[in-house]
Amino acid sequence: MDRLLMVERLAKRYERTGVLGAKKEVMALEDVSFSIGRALTLALVGESGSGKSTLALCIACLERPTSGRVVFDGKEITTLDEKQLREVRPQIQLVFQDPARSLNPRFSAIELVSEPLIVQGRLNKREREDRARDLLRKVGIPQEKASQKADEFSGGQRQRLAIARALSLEPKLLILDEALSALDCSVQAQIANLLLELQASLGLTYLFISHDLGMAAHLADEIAVMEQGKVVELGAADNLLRAPGQEATRRLIAATPRLGAADDLPRVV
Amino acid sequence: MAPLLQVQDLHVAYISRAGKESPALEGVSFEVRTGETLGVLGESGCGKTTLAVALLRLLPGNAEIQKGVVRFEGQDLLQAKPRALERIRGARLALIFQEPSLALHPAIRIGEQVSDVLAAHERNGRGELRRKTLQVLREVFPADAARIAESYPHQLSGGQQQRVLIAMAIACGPSLIVADEPTASLDPTTQKDILEIFRTLREKFNLSVILITHNPALLAGLADRVLVLYAGKVAEIGPTEQVLKFPQHPYTRALMQSVPAGIDESTKGRKSRLPVIPGEAPNLAAQESGCRFESRCPDRMDQCRQREPAAVAVNETHAVSCFKFGG
Amino acid sequence: MRYFLRRLMHGTFLLVGVSILTFLFSTLAPGNYFDEMRLNPQISPETVAALRAQYQLDRPLPARYGRWVNALLHGDMGFSFAYNSPVAPLLWVRARNTLLLTVTATLIAWALALPLGIWSATTLGRLPDRAISGATAALLVIPDLVLAIGVLILAVRSGWFPAGGMTSAAVEGLSPVQRLRDLAWHMELPVLALVLSALPILVRHVRAAMAEVLDAPFLRAAASHGIPRRTLLYWYALRAAANPLISLFGFSVGALLSGSLLVEVVMSWPGLGPLLLEAILARDLYVVIGGVLCSTVFLVTGNFFADVLIYWADPRIRGRADA
Repeated sequence: MDRLLMVERLAKRYERTGVLGAKKEVMALEDVSFSIGRALTLALVGESGSGKSTLALCIACLERPTSGRVVFDGKEITTLDEKQLREVRPQIQLVFQDPARSLNPRFSAIELVSEPLIVQGRLNKREREDRARDLLRKVGIPQEKASQKADEFSGGQRQRLAIARALSLEPKLLILDEALSALDCSVQAQIANLLLELQASLGLTYLFISHDLGMAAHLADEIAVMEQGKVVELGAADNLLRAPGQEATRRLIAATPRLGAADDLPRVV
Repeated sequence: MAPLLQVQDLHVAYISRAGKESPALEGVSFEVRTGETLGVLGESGCGKTTLAVALLRLLPGNAEIQKGVVRFEGQDLLQAKPRALERIRGARLALIFQEPSLALHPAIRIGEQVSDVLAAHERNGRGELRRKTLQVLREVFPADAARIAESYPHQLSGGQQQRVLIAMAIACGPSLIVADEPTASLDPTTQKDILEIFRTLREKFNLSVILITHNPALLAGLADRVLVLYAGKVAEIGPTEQVLKFPQHPYTRALMQSVPAGIDESTKGRKSRLPVIPGEAPNLAAQESGCRFESRCPDRMDQCRQREPAAVAVNETHAVSCFKFGG
Repeated sequence: MRYFLRRLMHGTFLLVGVSILTFLFSTLAPGNYFDEMRLNPQISPETVAALRAQYQLDRPLPARYGRWVNALLHGDMGFSFAYNSPVAPLLWVRARNTLLLTVTATLIAWALALPLGIWSATTLGRLPDRAISGATAALLVIPDLVLAIGVLILAVRSGWFPAGGMTSAAVEGLSPVQRLRDLAWHMELPVLALVLSALPILVRHVRAAMAEVLDAPFLRAAASHGIPRRTLLYWYALRAAANPLISLFGFSVGALLSGSLLVEVVMSWPGLGPLLLEAILARDLYVVIGGVLCSTVFLVTGNFFADVLIYWADPRIRGRADA
């Protein structure tokens, strides 16, 4: 099975109770279908409110879709019960935008990375610590900072911590929900490099969600464009960007600020 | 003609409870001419917000302006009395803060907040005030200014809130607007709209703008000149095209190289490793002497650790603070 | 609108719940009014039994509760064994006196707490703040009872204040104005005791709420527009700090009420406090229930008032409530 994740006709409906008790229906996702190849990156782009985060939650099994299927590693996961899901969850991990809010600031780096292992309960204390240290090394957190509290790290470092934590359960799929959006440009480059390295060495598959088409374009093999809960265009990054077919895609491309071709910066002797 | 704003040798530091000093800005000098847009490019911790806030002397209690001159429309703002300063703030020099959702009072209607700005600087009757408020709001909301005026901040989207902040900034017809990361938390399309509003208003009212951002791509189509701020010091300043396309300072160079071409990327460039600046921006309190960028600089020399480089003119409009060019 | 209906329903349920619980606890507590009588050898057991039957104390619990609720809805709150009179008029007089104290004390306490708290917040860490914080800490540590007794001692020793009571002995022959002054004179000490016990917590909360708001970005943004400092402080800052303070207001009403019961007893102020105490000791069932219910009504009203204020002051609550 070379497509690690297959999403088929996924839909998610939310109900809102309006004034006077009238029920309003919101289709957060409608007829969404796509797939991601193993060790490849799919970038999911679109404006806020287009349904990207809802999609991430459904794939990560944190929300139940109203209809449709999600097939992960050959197995359908939409109809699994809680007990069966517990086997699948470690394989799909999330990294969020704001590490300040998704990481407990009073935990140290090594505690944060060990916590999922403790919950899983398979390794003993010694093994957990070794594994945690190894992960911190992999994401570029120096060993002497291992006992530092999370709120003493910079934004970029905290995002590295979030990635290390996500990797502790050895997932196959990593969903990055606006994971770089809150970082400075140069730090974004560092984390982007890290993600590419990890993908090469660990064979990770990425679902990269962003409203910043620039960075998404740099990291993606394929791009899916979302608008109002639907996937309006889907294709290889090269093709989609050079010859966008849909209005929504064209609008996104036009709205992304660019510097021009930056590959040819001359060096001063 | 004299420049509209002249900042000379500005030094700002934060003092901790224990009396320890952390310099935030050191020796910052630049000028802004009438009708010009200056981009201030810098990453977290470089002091860009401190700079914006220091100009109007709105620093928090634990910060101190230690040295420098800020001459605006002929007057030194650092020596001005509080009443004079209140008259300048919002009326001649306006500030647009980051995070629009936090910059608006949560419990007061938009129209009233805008009216308060007008009322602080002009004497108007009630009817006149209302008319002017709507007029100002119409600059940024051509279609539904009246509805927005009746709304509360939490009822508006991020983009709408940002527009309100812009309206409040231009309300009394200032000559200079300082915008701190005006598009930071916004969608690409909304971002484009906001930048377009800046362009339009700038033309219409002959405004000078200082646009602060960490994203160089934003400045490409908007700024006349760019000032690069690193660790509280000016690394480089010059015309936008020169600084962004042919950067001279090693930091600016590295920064520009770390921005992916993105949409314009070649197939070879996609998913390739970006050249990055190793490490992170320095903790200013710990810095002793020498160039701030030295520890991360690919072109470092011995003298870089001992002395701080002064600004050297590369040509008549472009200056760099780096020993590679003398200084 | 729905918001208020919901709050009213809450209050009503609370009242019903409290009435049931009080009824239950009072009747389940060992002993009743007539036990004392039984110990008295001069009164025959038959008389006691007859009296008990007359007051229906031998009927099952739910029936008695049912009868009581029924009567309540007709304005009849039962009968006091000790005072040998209907409960309602008894309560009314006492409740009025308690309200007089509590309302006055609330107004004065808040009138003092607001400027003190604001002053503290604007001079954070400096002398005025440290002095005020020190004083409030000291007051907080002293138990209410000690405060009340201390104030009483002050009255007795100095002779400046009456040592208790609500009116002087010769009050009948005085003009209305003189009566008012006499009343005020008698109120000074109990109000002082109440204000002193309530003040520290209020001041600290005002200080905290204001300090948080003073740091807020929107205040700095308003300053950047040249809005004058005084407007900033009172109009902008206070309005934003109002939310937690209004909740505190509802809570402070409740606290003052319970505090007032204590002070009334110590200073012989004829309010609900002494009445309730006597009634509990004497097992005067319907007075106890009536008194507790009365206090609950005050509490609920105080909170409801606070809800109204929050609805008016914070548009975000309005938005969510009407949604």
